Amino acid sequence: MAVVFKKTNMLTDKPFHYCPGCTHGIIHRLVAEVLEELGIGETAIGVAPVGCAVFAYDYFNCDMMEAAHGRAPAVATGAKRVHPDKAVFTYQGDGDLASIGAAEIVHAATRGEKITVIFVNNAIYGMTGGQMAPTTLPGQVTTTSPYGRDTNHCGFPVKVSEMLSTLNGPAYIERVSVHDVPHIKKAKAAIKKAFTLQMEGKGFTLVEVISSCPTNWGKTPKEALEWVKSDMLPAYPLGVYKDITAGGEE
Amino acid sequence: MKGNEAIAEAAIQAGCRFFFGYPITPQNQIPEYMSKRMPQVGGCFLQSESEVAAINMVYGAGGAGARVMTSSSSPGISLKQEGISYIVGAEVPCVIVNMVRGGPGLGSIQPAQSDYYQATRGGGHGDYRMPVLAPGSVQEAVTLTQDAFDLADRYRTPVMVLGDGLIGQMMEPVDMDQAADRKPAEDLPAKTWAATGHKPTDEAPRAIINSLYIDPVVLEQHCMKLQAKYDAIEAAECRWQEEMLEDAEIVIVAYGTTARIARSAMRKCREKGIKVGMIRPITLWPFPEAAIRATLKTAKKFLCVEMSTGQMIDDVKLAVEGQRPVEFYGRTGGMVPTVGEIVEKLESMNGAKTGVEQLLNQTGAALDQAANAAQKTFASIGQKIEQKVNDPAFVQKTEELKQKTGEFAGKALDGLAKGATLLGEGLNKAFGALSGLVSGEKKNDNNDKEGNE
Repeated sequence: MAVVFKKTNMLTDKPFHYCPGCTHGIIHRLVAEVLEELGIGETAIGVAPVGCAVFAYDYFNCDMMEAAHGRAPAVATGAKRVHPDKAVFTYQGDGDLASIGAAEIVHAATRGEKITVIFVNNAIYGMTGGQMAPTTLPGQVTTTSPYGRDTNHCGFPVKVSEMLSTLNGPAYIERVSVHDVPHIKKAKAAIKKAFTLQMEGKGFTLVEVISSCPTNWGKTPKEALEWVKSDMLPAYPLGVYKDITAGGEE
Repeated sequence: MKGNEAIAEAAIQAGCRFFFGYPITPQNQIPEYMSKRMPQVGGCFLQSESEVAAINMVYGAGGAGARVMTSSSSPGISLKQEGISYIVGAEVPCVIVNMVRGGPGLGSIQPAQSDYYQATRGGGHGDYRMPVLAPGSVQEAVTLTQDAFDLADRYRTPVMVLGDGLIGQMMEPVDMDQAADRKPAEDLPAKTWAATGHKPTDEAPRAIINSLYIDPVVLEQHCMKLQAKYDAIEAAECRWQEEMLEDAEIVIVAYGTTARIARSAMRKCREKGIKVGMIRPITLWPFPEAAIRATLKTAKKFLCVEMSTGQMIDDVKLAVEGQRPVEFYGRTGGMVPTVGEIVEKLESMNGAKTGVEQLLNQTGAALDQAANAAQKTFASIGQKIEQKVNDPAFVQKTEELKQKTGEFAGKALDGLAKGATLLGEGLNKAFGALSGLVSGEKKNDNNDKEGNE
């Protein structure tokens, strides 16, 4: 019988620990498929964050490093400088990247560090139990903003793609979503482009993936995907924010 | 060469090709030198956005299999502690230079040794140690920096070169020929564990550089593995220098630049007939405990000299085990002790003895004998107790023996007290020390009892 579907060999057989309805699993598979399809996976070096994806080193079937909270871009910098010919990527959440690791991501970007950053933004701290994140929406209820995020008290969400795209170092920055199949396909294309440009030595590449967190948002998986569409995407518009290879691309 | 530059060149000659750092006085010549030299040798110098980023770049480069170094000074080393802890946990080899300046806080930019605790007690969170090498000259800084890379690779550990600001800023003639093109030690294992982006093989499976062990059973096993490594380092890598110890009655313990000042003071005292010797720890961890204990044959007192308010003195006291007084002389906050100040301190320590020297000589032998006898008795009884502790038939006998011991110690103390009182006021100081010794022995005996209950 013909094989119509086969799991990518860039994922190990270890079962994901992610909650039901969480989109980390989809994003993991997209990254792994891209690594395999580009033929750069077997020699890739990945850097896992602190957060829900802390065990990513168990899932991606390549050499992996586990970084301290927020420090993945610095760790990836060290690895990439030693192995400039290898694909080096980080996989980070919003607390890791946009809060405690804000300095590391900004400077890796502005250096034009030739790495690919997969930035998973679900507007909440998932692993620690649903606290307010730097990307939590105004009014959003979390365990540390029980009355809803009050922008007068604790400010506004960090718009990572917009912010980093003002720098000269990044070659490619796109924000994508994985709430339905068409968007998943677009997300994969973006991830593929990011890794391709990295291997061409073009500069820093980042794909921000809008993700859901049914558990900590207090929603069913279906409701969570609806909320991505209704609330997350207006706050975090999808699209290409930086692409040094194409003049006219949206 | 200037110490900082010599350290940088030594690292390059030892095969270090990656350096990540952030500016801070008084170590700036290291990154400056690296920024010039690394491109010449095909290496990478990168000025990081912070100390935190620098140490994590070190983690990434070391984890990817490279010889890598960072340098900083006290406040910057505090910032690096997070990364150092992860590096320890993930067993990534690297070299960290700390050119210590006065603290706490922003402190000063002048030389100090007040990071001793931080360096030798781990510094970051978790259950770990880290080899700490303390050069006493620019030439030695070169050697120790190169040795540090071998140590790091041999044991998969971060190694700290701890210089005071003086070592970094001092200009001294250095023989760089002997340090040129230093090859890694032959016994170093291949880095099959490194995340080099390699296709997995049986010898080198997929690499995971990681310090997370979510299962406490596994983490405990990991910590015990680290501890076994530390035991091996303690057994094989401890270094120190001994000077004029053959007949030394006062033994100085000092490291780094302070040891040079103390050495001058020691020589001046020798000219005056005061029997002073010195132990200079070269590895601060592992600490040369046994070497210090070996000086008890002649040593009557110890003097710990540091550019701090007293940190290494704790380790000296642990080594001496309360058998002799350990005194301290230090300057801190960036102040450097002078030869004259240390001579004065040594003279006062010596003078405290000479006032009653003759009387002591007459009675000293007898007192020593009594103390030794008591000590021996306790020791042998302690041994017996330990051997028989699990045998109920011996418990009662043991208790009797211990009771006798207590009586004996009490009598010995009484006798000593009476004898000493007769010697008059001049002897008070000497007696204080001795009765401290005897009561110390009694205390040990009590500890044995508690241990048996």
